[in-house]
Amino acid sequence: MGQQPITFVRQVVALCCFPELLDSPGFPDDAKQRAQRILQGCGGRSLGSYSASQGVECIRQDIAAYIQQRDQGVPADWDNVFLTTGASDGIMSILKLLVSGQGESRTGVMIPIPQYPLYSAAISELEAVQVNYYLDEDECWALDVRELQQRYQDAKQHCQPRVLCIINPGNPTGQVQDKKCIEEVLHFAYEENLFVMSDEVYQDNVYSPDCQFHSFKKVLYEMGPEYFNSVELASFHSTSKGYTGECGFRGGYMEVLNMDPEVKAQLVKMLSVRLCPPVSGQAAMDVIVNPPKPHEPSYAQFTKEKNLVLDALAQKAKMTEEILNSVPGIKCNPVQGAMYAFPQIFIPPRAIQEAQALSMAPDMLYCLRLLEETGICVVPGSGFGQREGTFHFRMTILPSTEKLKILLTKVKDFHLKFLQEYSAQETTQENQHRET
Amino acid sequence: MSILREISPKVRNIRHSELLALGRQACGIKEKLKQGVRKPYKEVIDVSGGDPHRTGVKPLSFVRQVLAACLYPQLVNSDKLPVDVRQRAQRLLGACKGGSVGSYTLTQGIMDIQQSVSKFISQRDGGVPSVPENIFLTAGSQGAIMKILSLLVNSEGTPRTGVLTPVPGYSSANMALEGLGGAIVPYYLNEELCWELQIDELRRALQSAKGVCNPVALYVINPGNPTGHIQSRKSMEEVIQFVSQEKLFLLADETVQDNVFGEGSEFVSYKRVLAEMGPPLSDTVELASFHSVSKGLMGECGLRGGYVELVNLDPEVMNHTYTLFSTDSSAAVTGQLAVDLMVDPIQPGDPSYPLYYKETQYIRTMQVHNAKRVTEVLNSLPGFSCQPVKGGAFAFPRVHLPPRAIQKAKEEGMPPDHFYCSRLLEDTGLLVSPGCEHGQREGTHHIRFCIMTSVDILEEVLRCLARFHTQFMKDFF
Repeated sequence: MGQQPITFVRQVVALCCFPELLDSPGFPDDAKQRAQRILQGCGGRSLGSYSASQGVECIRQDIAAYIQQRDQGVPADWDNVFLTTGASDGIMSILKLLVSGQGESRTGVMIPIPQYPLYSAAISELEAVQVNYYLDEDECWALDVRELQQRYQDAKQHCQPRVLCIINPGNPTGQVQDKKCIEEVLHFAYEENLFVMSDEVYQDNVYSPDCQFHSFKKVLYEMGPEYFNSVELASFHSTSKGYTGECGFRGGYMEVLNMDPEVKAQLVKMLSVRLCPPVSGQAAMDVIVNPPKPHEPSYAQFTKEKNLVLDALAQKAKMTEEILNSVPGIKCNPVQGAMYAFPQIFIPPRAIQEAQALSMAPDMLYCLRLLEETGICVVPGSGFGQREGTFHFRMTILPSTEKLKILLTKVKDFHLKFLQEYSAQETTQENQHRET
Repeated sequence: MSILREISPKVRNIRHSELLALGRQACGIKEKLKQGVRKPYKEVIDVSGGDPHRTGVKPLSFVRQVLAACLYPQLVNSDKLPVDVRQRAQRLLGACKGGSVGSYTLTQGIMDIQQSVSKFISQRDGGVPSVPENIFLTAGSQGAIMKILSLLVNSEGTPRTGVLTPVPGYSSANMALEGLGGAIVPYYLNEELCWELQIDELRRALQSAKGVCNPVALYVINPGNPTGHIQSRKSMEEVIQFVSQEKLFLLADETVQDNVFGEGSEFVSYKRVLAEMGPPLSDTVELASFHSVSKGLMGECGLRGGYVELVNLDPEVMNHTYTLFSTDSSAAVTGQLAVDLMVDPIQPGDPSYPLYYKETQYIRTMQVHNAKRVTEVLNSLPGFSCQPVKGGAFAFPRVHLPPRAIQKAKEEGMPPDHFYCSRLLEDTGLLVSPGCEHGQREGTHHIRFCIMTSVDILEEVLRCLARFHTQFMKDFF
């Protein structure tokens, strides 16, 4: 989408890929040092060697060190860290591990609505039971633990709810959970013996000055040993988002807490079937958790590039929210984090009827028309889940500020036209029909 | 806390891996060596997997230069790299969204690379047409196998879905099948006939499945893993007739098609044989062919690059296949680029060609040498018998274990060849894979080790093995 890769990341991975470049003056020492460290951990000092199925050992250690530092000293054991092929591979693996039972004892997986459709697809593929809990649009997509409790109780009638998935910051909603909310969720998980899956891939994408990312692990630790030593928690991160945006590398990791050693052995066995995550993605992940330090040569440029990306995203988040909210019939919650706007759109009844006649969701019709008339491709809210009777679309805030402004103007114009078209006076045909 | 019985029964049913256990033993030894514990060796030599770079084979310069330039496009403009490297990197970057290897790709992969693969297949198969739309770029051939198996296996159905798989065979594919809730229907390759696949044995295996499971597919590996056996055209035609008669989906794992070095041996693809058998077979037999960058001359296991070509699938099934693939993000871009470099290598006349030729010739010569050396040395040792290795990445010699050794293994609660490998690892630092990991006839024992190694490493492997084996046979006589 035009975002530039972070130079340092690409330098290190290129050096790992073609180590002859280690002799080149064109690469800074800190990049070379990191490449050397990674290659030392690879068979035959090559990215082309299989790594262990949990990933290259020194990278797992670097990730544990990063987590410990991020969480201000909360201990992280590298034995609990698994490199994954993007976060999706980790999420899928944990779900595969946990789905069991038949009929009323079939595993239920609690997921937020709206959600990132990997979860619903995985649940479907694994024939687990999907248990929806609704985020509160009126409260900026907040998660209310009472909603969790209610849905859990309802679900117990027909399945065994075992897993609770949270996306923080949210996708598509962008909301950033506050500490109190996370505590309540963890307490709920503790009470009901739920395995918590915390999708934290957007942890570096927090824009609202009133919001702060709190890792589930850190909050759990601060709740005391009774919680910290018992709640099962898997936290996920990836190279695809943040400020690096390296989706194509398929880099990611998960940290698993309080997993029974025998269960962990089963997890390792299962992961070994897919052999190992791409080593170039593992290398990229290593750079992200081990960026240049203030005294290192690449620090200035790295920091500049990182801030450029994050500042731009924050600016675009605000701008998108403002422009969308200026459109009658569109209501957009503040984009506190992540990479998306998920505005609610008013779709006139006549458009809803037309969509129904075409056997498609009303917001799908809206998005198809938007694509047709403006070339802008967004995803209908029905793809993510939404409260009955509400409609949304999800767009990214990734295009450049200039492009985004033009795009949003086009969306505004389209929306006004769409409203007008479907709120128009009844046609003569309809009039005639009524008279007869 | 979750306990074992709450875990997915399908995951629990995935067989225990003896090799994983040996791997843990190796880790323990490496740790001790790091701490300065004295042993008769300084390092662990791991030849248990098919991992050429780990065992001294160097990556191809052109491949790594192009990938580096794609990762760090500033290199494209510098004159540090040869002009053909820069041109190829530029072309590949142009095929990536936003000109970056960091972008997601389409579900089936980068379109230009799909087309390269398709062209390669057609050329390889003497002009048999190949359609890019039938090609999916995947995370290694294992990634493709897992996806296609999940298409074929009815996870919750009874009876269980069965797949005929070779013994000895590829343990990761078997584990993938088990993880999906599928049933393995083993068919035994004939060791005395150089690991030949025999149709009567396929028929026996299919018959044995009656009332036990619902067989839907036949998985063949050609050239064989771990056997290295290269199927004759006649045998392949018989297999095709068989799957057609029995309405089985044919899964052809052709990952080591570029490792063929036996005199008079030649690889021909299942696709080609099928096409040349003509209609109705060529229009009806459903086939998935798998390939990857992990073996061959590139040996790029860690890049996770591969593809599957699907032939004669019902259009509705293809739609579902596409949906299935789209639930997951596509294969890593560096892996996809490596596939392009595999199927569209540089040609004579290109500036980098002389070096490429030198490097690839070296690997080819090394393979031939290694295969000969292995059979020579092992067959000279009493208690070993090794079939000629005509292709593939491994040697899979039979070890004739003395009854006392078998007894000792039983006492220690492990399969006899695991016991042998465990002692070998402890005494010499050499890690090989036990035959029980790959399957073998009852009462026989084997070891598997990689022969895509540098000449020096192979000599060391053979030296350790010979010395250990002689002592072992003496101790347990």
